Amino acid sequence: MSVISVANLRKTYRVHIKPEGLAASIKALFRRRYRTIRAVDGIDFCIERGEMVGFLGPNGAGKTTTLKILSGLIYPSEGAVRVLDFVPWERANAYRRQFALLMGQKNQLWWDLPAAESFRLHKEIYAIEDGPFQRVLGELVELLGVTELTHQPVRELSLGERMKMELIAALLHSPSILFLDEPTIGLDVVAQASIRTCLREYNRDRQVTMLITSHYMQDIEALTDRVMVINHGKLVHDGPLQDIIDRFAPYKVVKLRFHDGTMPESFDGVGEVLSVNPPTVTLGLPREAVAQQAAKLLARFAIDDISVEDPPIEDVIGRMYQEGASAGEGPTGAASEGGAR
Amino acid sequence: MTMIRKYGVIFRVALAERLVYRVDFFVSTFLRFIPIITTILLWRAVFDGAGETEVGDLTYTQMVSYYLFAMIARAFGSMPGLSTDVAMDIREGGLRKYLLQPVDYMGYQLALRAAHKLIYYVMAAAPYALVFWMCRRFLPGWPDADMLSWSILSLVLAFLLGFSFNMLIGLLGFWFLEVNSFAHVVMTAQYFLSGHMFPLSLLPDGVQSVVTLLPFAYETYYPSLILLQRLETPEIMEVVAVQLLWVVVLFAAIRVVWARGLRRYAAYGG
Repeated sequence: MSVISVANLRKTYRVHIKPEGLAASIKALFRRRYRTIRAVDGIDFCIERGEMVGFLGPNGAGKTTTLKILSGLIYPSEGAVRVLDFVPWERANAYRRQFALLMGQKNQLWWDLPAAESFRLHKEIYAIEDGPFQRVLGELVELLGVTELTHQPVRELSLGERMKMELIAALLHSPSILFLDEPTIGLDVVAQASIRTCLREYNRDRQVTMLITSHYMQDIEALTDRVMVINHGKLVHDGPLQDIIDRFAPYKVVKLRFHDGTMPESFDGVGEVLSVNPPTVTLGLPREAVAQQAAKLLARFAIDDISVEDPPIEDVIGRMYQEGASAGEGPTGAASEGGAR
Repeated sequence: MTMIRKYGVIFRVALAERLVYRVDFFVSTFLRFIPIITTILLWRAVFDGAGETEVGDLTYTQMVSYYLFAMIARAFGSMPGLSTDVAMDIREGGLRKYLLQPVDYMGYQLALRAAHKLIYYVMAAAPYALVFWMCRRFLPGWPDADMLSWSILSLVLAFLLGFSFNMLIGLLGFWFLEVNSFAHVVMTAQYFLSGHMFPLSLLPDGVQSVVTLLPFAYETYYPSLILLQRLETPEIMEVVAVQLLWVVVLFAAIRVVWARGLRRYAAYGG
């Protein structure tokens, strides 16, 4: 049986429209106008125990709304959701003891106290036994390399250190499901890597089910085997990450910096020009031809610097969404917003 | 049992958090004693100015002793910042963490406030003792064990009354973006209607009979009378019964408002 099953989930918000201008504002005091936003517009999926699933989509696509519904913070407008055989928004204590929601932009620890105090509070709130508490805490602290820091007030920690503490707090009660909303946002590369390692090991050792949203392609590549892409409230892809890259990003972004004044006028026959900003040019080269083309370019021109990257995730999703819309899968009437970044 | 431990630890952590700000706390506690002196002097001036030995039906001595005990009752019933803190939790999403964790928000806040109060009493004990010693000629003698138990019970109920009322105001944050100014108006009314400013017996009979129907009088005025040993046991029992009733009513109201508010909170996205 699936750990998480979601069927025909919908969530609509009614937002108040604030008109501009004084006269209109006064009129609005008596007669409010509302606009309905369909944040989640009929999605279905199942997640099995131990799966690590990436949840992608541009800002406002409905990812966070879905995570909030799954963790019982908000009620859906329509649809059926079962998580570990619970209905999340009933917020049964038995359910709340089995999952954690970690949001990269929100903190749960007591700001003025050392993290150790918050951990002790969690121990009681989640009724964790002494033995398992000490063991799990010891493991996590070591895994994340923050042994020295748990006795320092949280406000004195760096963002990366704080995030590690948040992660420890989220894992202390050994949740069997972990919802992660941009867990590495704003962190330096080393901190990101260490959080990824921790999550990977945790998943491997304990078969914890994870649903992760992130704008960092690296998080998704390193952590997930399966990716769901949501846009305008609809699921537009559900499958391995590689499928998306092959299908929607069959090119690599190659950035070249030419030696003073040696930049050629035209790149016909090399690849698609994405942007020109002398002495730098950015090209889109077919994935399978990248190495060959790059070697040719390096041989022909005086190039000071070269970099080869995957296109930004927003671009891939944007491309993917556009293709979905042209194939008639996407929602109507909002196509102009897709893939704008 | 685990319940008690859970909220016990919340209490302990809240204590630790308060102690982070011990200097600030000490200074503000100390500063709060200055108005006591000025108020006592003010009443002196009122009595002298009127040229009477009694104002209302109270002598200067009774007035000062009422005021001193009203301060004690206030130290239990007042909940500085509770309503605005709750409204902020609602508005800025701080509420999220209590919804995610297997913990009850009301229980959590109650443990937190109890801890804040305890720290305040410890900090304020010495200055209070000093003020009471200086004003000893205004005070009734030591209460007997019965009186003491009634007083403590009444003060605890005053604490619960203050907590539940201010919690209700804070929960309005589910419906209104801004409750600060409203909370301020209520606080000012509370200062007057609870009998903190002056004994409610000074009010005209008609007004008094209305004001004493409100819960505020049971936060300060009646507990002060009990501390002053001004009431007989049957009257005390009546006061305590009404306090208890208000506490039950207000906590029931909190449950209802909380459930409806959460529905709404959830609807606009948390």
